[in-house]
Amino acid sequence: MTEFLQQLVNGVTWGSVYALIALGYTMVYGILRLINFAHGDVYMLGAFMGLYASRWFHAGEDPSPIKALLVLLTSMILCALIGMVIERLAYKPVRKSPRLSALITAIGVSLLLENGGVLIFGASPRFFPQIVAQKNIELGMGVVLSNQQLIVLVVSFGLMLALRWLVLFTKVGKAMQAVSHNHMAASLMGISVDRIITFTFMIGSALAAAAGVLVALQSPKIEPYMGILPGLKAFVAAVLGGIGNIPGAVVGGLVMGIAEVLVTGYISPSYRDAIAFVMLIVILLVKPAGLFGKAVTEKV
Amino acid sequence: MKRFLPPILTIFALVALNVLLPRVMNPYYFQVLMLIGINVVLAVSLNLVNGFTGQFSIGHAGFMAVGAYASAMFTLKIGAPFAASLTGVPLPVAQGIALLMALVAGGLLAAGAGWLVGLPSLRLRGDYLAIVTLGFGEIIRVVILNVNAIGGARGLPGIPPYATFFWVFGVVAIVIGLARNLAHSTHGRALFAIRDDEIAAEALGVDTTKYKVLAFVLGAFFAGVAGGLFAHFLSYLNPSSFTFIKSIEVIAMVVLGGMGSISGSVMAAIVLTLLPEVLRSVKDFRMVIYALMLIVLMITRPQGLMGTRELDLGALFGRKKAKVVS
Repeated sequence: MTEFLQQLVNGVTWGSVYALIALGYTMVYGILRLINFAHGDVYMLGAFMGLYASRWFHAGEDPSPIKALLVLLTSMILCALIGMVIERLAYKPVRKSPRLSALITAIGVSLLLENGGVLIFGASPRFFPQIVAQKNIELGMGVVLSNQQLIVLVVSFGLMLALRWLVLFTKVGKAMQAVSHNHMAASLMGISVDRIITFTFMIGSALAAAAGVLVALQSPKIEPYMGILPGLKAFVAAVLGGIGNIPGAVVGGLVMGIAEVLVTGYISPSYRDAIAFVMLIVILLVKPAGLFGKAVTEKV
Repeated sequence: MKRFLPPILTIFALVALNVLLPRVMNPYYFQVLMLIGINVVLAVSLNLVNGFTGQFSIGHAGFMAVGAYASAMFTLKIGAPFAASLTGVPLPVAQGIALLMALVAGGLLAAGAGWLVGLPSLRLRGDYLAIVTLGFGEIIRVVILNVNAIGGARGLPGIPPYATFFWVFGVVAIVIGLARNLAHSTHGRALFAIRDDEIAAEALGVDTTKYKVLAFVLGAFFAGVAGGLFAHFLSYLNPSSFTFIKSIEVIAMVVLGGMGSISGSVMAAIVLTLLPEVLRSVKDFRMVIYALMLIVLMITRPQGLMGTRELDLGALFGRKKAKVVS
């Protein structure tokens, strides 16, 4: 029982990271109907930006909560800017092209970020400084939560709530919803569709960056290809929850994280990477719109 | 008699080049040439699914892996002993027969996998099919990694190098000929109709599910054959050859060449196989340049090099122009 609860805690922690990445996928898909394959690589960049930021602030040698927060914010802001540049330079020109060309462009951007990363950061893994000293918190029944895990949980759920508030209650959030329903109608209502799309990319990239820094806190080995698999899995999480649906992405991410940790713990660690895709295929066959997605009837 | 002329000439040319090329060609160039051949098979077979039928599969490496491992195991367990037992026939012929059996076995198994994936998931549209194929490709790779009998993460060494120039380019000729004939047949028209407007095609009485599965299975079959050639050319298989990146490479070929254009796929397969080799001198930059070219190409020419047109060799030689199919 203790072991199971411990796995569950670890799973929720992992899952909240997936959820953060999945949110970016789901928002971009909701607005552009584009699978942004480069999103996983923005998560990688987030970790590296965090690495450089913690050097600027000397967060590794002399850790403090303020510095850790600064590292997180710097990384998020830098990645938001990167997201903006990517959208403007690569995705905007292909917005009117066939969807497949847009998808190939996204793949091109992904390859560019990975290999550009190899060029700039080097191919060998780098170590993320320990900006938060590790401490374990006893939760009772023998279940242990490290303070790093606690930070991951608090930060990611905080960001998710902030996003929910942004989307539901602010003007820009309502504009995002409008654009995701219909570009044309939204622009007729006086919404600058281009600006909203760019904004969506920035928010998504900032969330991915936060996920990158949070993961680097726990497993400090970072390298330019680290984004591929978590990116794919987070995308699967988004589909699982119903792509385009923000609460769905969160639930999908959590389910994914828990499932992975349980497979690792009770079946075999080597099948960890397959469970995501097995779940994906099952959900698509049983409920193709995802857990929270609405089935769209096609008009002829 | 006249219609048998091109195949017969092709066979003679293949036999002659098969003897000649390995003797006169620099081994490195020869290897690149063979990889081009294998990539042409992959690109044309994916074009059947993505270009002809408009279904978006991004798990082609998975089918290739199934074919590669199946045919390699077939040769190791059955084919090689069988070739050795054929004492009366010359060695290249015996090995050729063994390879042919292995390729068919690999192709059939890959086609079976394609059918298994395609039948349920082709009910889904567009992006969802893409995601299922992606998931399938990854599952295949993880399973191969975990099965010790086929080498697991260590890879599968010692596959007899039966795939000679004759076989690789023979398959290239077959797959191109088949795709061309398909494009001009009733079945091909049905596929194009599905691509252009699935609902209209259905209204006109095209059994869309049947044709989508057909295209999918055919594409998977040739991906498996290409995998078999790959296995018997390199004599070594490793799961890391069949990652998501490999699927992306093949898609890039199809899109670069132009969806639905066979000659476009062939040209793009040649260009995209050569490009990383040519860029080898700039080492670290080569993948960055490759990625940048992909993006720039999609922005400037999203329909690919050829669009849906074909390079018409017949017209070049002054024959009457073939009907344009798009």
